[in-house]
Amino acid sequence: MTAVALPAPVVEMIGVRRFFPGPPEVQAIRDVDLIIGQGEYLSIVGPSGSGKSTLLHLLGLLDNPTGGVYRLDGVDTMSLRERRRAVLRGERIGFVFQSFHLLDHRTVLENVALSMVYVGVPRRVRLARARVALERVGLAHRMEFAPTTLSGGERQRVAIARALVAEPSLLLADEPTGNLDSANAEAILAVFDELHHEGMTLAVITHDDHVSRRAQRQVRIVDGTLQW
Amino acid sequence: MRDLLDEALAGVAARPTRLILTTLGTVLGIAALVGTVGLGQTAAGQITQRFDLAAATRIVVQPEDKGGQEGEAATQLPWDAPERIQRLNGVDAAGTVSNLDIGDDLVRNVAGVNGGEGKALQVMAASAGLFDAVRGVLGTGRFFDAGHDQRGDKVVVLGKHAAERLGINRVDAQPAVFIGDEPYTVIGILESVTGRAELNDAVIMPNGTAKTAYDLESPDAVEIRTQVGAAQLIAGQAPIAIQPNDPSTLKVDAPPKQGAVRKGVESDLNALFLLLGAVALLVGGLGIANVTLLSVLERISEIGLRRALGAARRHVAIQFLVESVIVGFLGGLLGTAVGVLLTVGVSWVRDWTPILDNRLAFGSPLLGAFIGLVAGTYPAWKASAIQPITALRGT
Ligand SMILES: Nc1ncnc2c1ncn2[C@@H]1O[C@H](COP(=O)(O)OP(=O)(O)O)[C@@H](O)[C@H]1O
Ligand SMILES: [Mg+2]
Repeated sequence: MTAVALPAPVVEMIGVRRFFPGPPEVQAIRDVDLIIGQGEYLSIVGPSGSGKSTLLHLLGLLDNPTGGVYRLDGVDTMSLRERRRAVLRGERIGFVFQSFHLLDHRTVLENVALSMVYVGVPRRVRLARARVALERVGLAHRMEFAPTTLSGGERQRVAIARALVAEPSLLLADEPTGNLDSANAEAILAVFDELHHEGMTLAVITHDDHVSRRAQRQVRIVDGTLQW
Repeated sequence: MRDLLDEALAGVAARPTRLILTTLGTVLGIAALVGTVGLGQTAAGQITQRFDLAAATRIVVQPEDKGGQEGEAATQLPWDAPERIQRLNGVDAAGTVSNLDIGDDLVRNVAGVNGGEGKALQVMAASAGLFDAVRGVLGTGRFFDAGHDQRGDKVVVLGKHAAERLGINRVDAQPAVFIGDEPYTVIGILESVTGRAELNDAVIMPNGTAKTAYDLESPDAVEIRTQVGAAQLIAGQAPIAIQPNDPSTLKVDAPPKQGAVRKGVESDLNALFLLLGAVALLVGGLGIANVTLLSVLERISEIGLRRALGAARRHVAIQFLVESVIVGFLGGLLGTAVGVLLTVGVSWVRDWTPILDNRLAFGSPLLGAFIGLVAGTYPAWKASAIQPITALRGT
């Protein structure tokens, strides 16, 4: 592992473990050292069951490591209490999931604005920023639609808009193209390329080498350990 | 906080059919409660309205058993009983009343057609104060006064129905009636009395007149009108005032205490309905708890998403809690409306004035909200305890 020139990496994991107590105990993540610098586009690729999602949950502060050190934007997250972790998560992390996770009963615009509710952005500002984010992913004409009326690709773009709108330090995507046909997948990857060029830090988790290769840097994960 | 409320409202509004079904138990429970209490209050209000002033201030004193026993000197009310009563604090008016035995004599209108057809009418004797004591209202003319009484003037006042039967409706021409063969001048016609309804059908003459004409020895009863709230007190004092030597020989009819009236209204039926309402509320609460729990399970992925977006455990808990409070509140609101309609409807049919306590009308939706709060506590806690990684699994 080489030293990084940038002052504070977005992600700094040292010896991180995540064991699920059994029986039988599952060592989903073992001794992971990972640094993601600002503006980096990283892919983590590995077969099913290798621990990708578990790692993403750890990166996204949705789960606590069993051991090790994890600093996000220089903040030691291991010592944080649940509330602080939730705030940090809301402010610094944007998630994109394989199955989109949009609320069916809310409009596209509301879905995007939702990601600023827990960060304390006033409602008016939320809606204005949500509109900008949707324009950015090319969905200005779908704002008042219900998510259920959109195509898979469109839904994922809504999810990306939602992840971006709170201006996170790190965009985490777990199999973002897993539910999409190749054309739609390509459109999503194009959005990622664009975000990368704009300076966003991205970590995309996938089992698909084709998706993985689009990233600036690739890391393999096998049986819960990273291989370089 | 405002945002959490918005989120909760949106969560509730997302499933309208379920919302209606969820509130059903609460609606029924609150409706039963509001309806029962409302109708209870309304009925109590009617009783109070109808009888309060009349019944709650009316006392009748009469001998325990007038002229019952042979030989034994039966208790007799003194003629001055009204004056004695009037000295008590809290008495507004008092007067004696007696039925006269006129045998087979009929009452005729002197100026009537065919010299007037004889009518079998009750003839009564009264003191001048009776008019006031029974809240008499005159249709025309006047009631006799103490002067008529003392002089034994041959005057009468007619009860409303008696006057109708005799065909007399004005007194300015000094009409006369025969009782048997004796003529009496009609000086007034009563429009109404309260309490002693038989006066409406009677021909009433002063005591002094009755003493001479019918050998009336003593009054049958004393009618007393008290000030509001004084009835109980006066009822205790009246026998002593009238008969200091032997008060126990007098029988006093006094209105029941306020509490007794109310108690009568809160009957077993009421208790049953209240119980049913409580059971319905319990069921309603369980229903809300159940459906909220179901909704938590259904929305696990939404919970995961919200956590991913920065929601802390308490945000999730508050959202579900607020949702069930809203459901409870809506149920309470609807139930109150139904209960009020029920009260108004029954009142309308019964021709009552619906009476509904404001506290009940405004408190019941809050009761619904409270039930929602209690019912939502466990599901909300459950929701907040769900691990985000569990909630987001399968992504
Ligand atoms: N909550 C859990 N409890 C027990 N084992 C788990 C849990 N989550 C994941 N695992 C196990 O950890 C391993 C890695 O899972 P995961 O991170 O989901 O893999 P991937 O996303 O690469 O398919 C798997 O063997 C899985 O069964
Ligand atoms: Mg996975």
